[in-house]
Amino acid sequence: MSTENNKSLMTPANIITGIILLVGLIITVLRFTKGLGTVTNLDQNNPWGIWIGFDLLCGVALAAGGYTTSSACYIFGLKRYHSAVRPAILTAFLGYALVVFALHYDVGRPYRLVYPLFVQPGTTSLLFEVGLCVFLYVTVLAIEFSPAMFEWLGMKTLRNKIHKLTLALTVFGVVLSTLHQSSLGALYIAVPSKLHPLWYSPYLAILFFVSSIPAGLSMVIFEGTLAHKPFHHMMDKTHLDEHEGVILGFARGASIALAAYFCVKLVALAADNNWHYLATGWGAWYLVEVLGFVALPSLLYAIGSREKNIKLIKWTAALTVFGIILNRFNVSMVAFNYNLPADQRYFPSLMEIGISIFVVTLGVTIYRFIVSRMPIFFEHPEYKDAH
Amino acid sequence: MKRRQFLGLLGAAGITATLGTTAQAAAGKTFEGHPDTKGVLFDATRCIGCRKCEAGCNKVNKLPAPAKPFEDLTVLEKDRRTDEKTYTIVNKYKGSKGPVFRKFQCNHCMEPACASVCFVRAFTKEPDGSVSYDASVCVGCRYCMVACPFNIPAYEYDDPLTPKVVKCTMCHPQISSGELTAPGCVSACPKEALTYGKRDELIDIARERIRKNPERYLKHIYGEKEMGGTSWMYISGEPFSSIGLREDLGTTSVPAMTSGPLSVVPMVAALWPAFLGGVWAINKRKEKVAEEEQKAAVKAAKAATQADADAKLAKAMDGAEKDKASAIEREVKRALEEAEAARKEAEAAENTDTPEDNDGKGA
Repeated sequence: MSTENNKSLMTPANIITGIILLVGLIITVLRFTKGLGTVTNLDQNNPWGIWIGFDLLCGVALAAGGYTTSSACYIFGLKRYHSAVRPAILTAFLGYALVVFALHYDVGRPYRLVYPLFVQPGTTSLLFEVGLCVFLYVTVLAIEFSPAMFEWLGMKTLRNKIHKLTLALTVFGVVLSTLHQSSLGALYIAVPSKLHPLWYSPYLAILFFVSSIPAGLSMVIFEGTLAHKPFHHMMDKTHLDEHEGVILGFARGASIALAAYFCVKLVALAADNNWHYLATGWGAWYLVEVLGFVALPSLLYAIGSREKNIKLIKWTAALTVFGIILNRFNVSMVAFNYNLPADQRYFPSLMEIGISIFVVTLGVTIYRFIVSRMPIFFEHPEYKDAH
Repeated sequence: MKRRQFLGLLGAAGITATLGTTAQAAAGKTFEGHPDTKGVLFDATRCIGCRKCEAGCNKVNKLPAPAKPFEDLTVLEKDRRTDEKTYTIVNKYKGSKGPVFRKFQCNHCMEPACASVCFVRAFTKEPDGSVSYDASVCVGCRYCMVACPFNIPAYEYDDPLTPKVVKCTMCHPQISSGELTAPGCVSACPKEALTYGKRDELIDIARERIRKNPERYLKHIYGEKEMGGTSWMYISGEPFSSIGLREDLGTTSVPAMTSGPLSVVPMVAALWPAFLGGVWAINKRKEKVAEEEQKAAVKAAKAATQADADAKLAKAMDGAEKDKASAIEREVKRALEEAEAARKEAEAAENTDTPEDNDGKGA
């Protein structure tokens, strides 16, 4: 089943992966022996850097493919997307697991990460809300993913029992995703004095939740495109036949979701009467984000799905993913502490970027390991009846 | 009611939804702080920037020695903030009538941002007005530092495994143990620029000073209402923004800002399953109806085909019957005709035979 095993391990991809993982391990040792001060550019005014802005905020937003795909298939009855569910669940599970993993680097006392849940919950904190939901959702995703593993291991009874929970797990997953996707934005509702008014809004919770939908859908298209060639031999006929339909359908969905997100952005701008900021340098940057990475991809997706232009859709997916990352960077770093003098602003250190790349590489490596073994892109012959 | 509990109720309307009675108890009441809560009034018109308060704070809190001794006033030339070794600092600003100094430290908010955003409740608004920090539960997420509008909490970035958040305690441990009667900085001030006392009385004192010397002071007590009010307050002759105190913070406290999004949480948990389950059920029903309709249609089509076939068969049978009848008739007719023809022929033959016979016989 796995042709990858038969090949030599010394492929260019594997060598690069090995180097990144090695560098990551060295920085890991530094982080836990010398402290955040040595490894990061964080300081007293800039307590959150890219480990929050990228690893947490982008990691969670881009893992939204899990709840969007599974709800499209199991709740909204779009069964022709079934072959996209397992890859999306796997990506989401790995995404969230790595978010939790990366947090161990960022927080000062990672061995206390369970304190908010089990020792002294601070229920007035939106971060508690994020922590609780992420904890529960990682568990849900692990259970949702487990049938693939049990099929691989041949544990039939357990697999069939869990398969019966699909609908309940999907509903629970959407509830939890709605809550923590929005709460990540709501974290910044506490800081109107630090975040630039164009990015601060009492609607931050809604903005983050709504934008997670096109982020998730685009990520499914984007990742499907990346996986299609190297794992083509692992894909069964159903997967290959449905592939184009998934891309077209998700493009249509993402176009509508981006249009809705654009509307919420407009409402947020109008509600605080922030129009006059548009004429400033910050306004130009804001317009780049909203027009170039929200309105434009919405339009391109619409054109792509109408003309069945798969290539255009794939590029638009990359554009949207980039736009979501840009938005999360703007909220957490670029427009955060905008009022501080330039020399007191934050820019990530090489070692911080190194850990972020390390975490992503780790995710890709585990993903490759799993999809070349477990029934992700194909249906296990013994369980076809269940679908 | 403890301050912390109050914050809990105010902030987590969501959680209170499950605790009906407590929520109702809070609904009709406003909490204006612990009675006799203490605070400090800073008078910028009196401060001479001698850094004695910094030295006093350092001493009573047993903090590490500073990079430059407290007698060195050149540090005032640079804008400073509190850090992991310093609870308080004095900064120098250009005033309209010469330099102005402003001491800064934790403002001990009435509704502290740090306490409301902390996901392990490491911060507590104490009845004496101070905001205390409990390192024994702190995870080190630094959300308190993000949320503090005054940029006060500092962090031990160089401690790899047991870093703490560091900030002014208003000398809460020393005062509650009886070791001190006022914060170290207040006792160390030689110019009475700092006054420690009940917050209500401090506001009265500040108003009195402003009223008696309107040319000396601006008519504003900074901290009376900012961010929901602070225990540490400031009066000045120079605009507050020119002495490093932001005037755009507003009067809404952080718990008041975040209570809205928190209150939506239980609603999502309550309504989403019904909504999603409903969508699922509608789709399921649609599928079922479609299936039934398909079955019915197939049945109807089958019946129609059957009827059609029956009709055709009947028609065919009928036709066949008629054909048969007409065939018989035709056959009968033909047989009759043949018989008739045969008879006629026979008759004719007889007739011709007879004359022959007649002829032959007659001949």
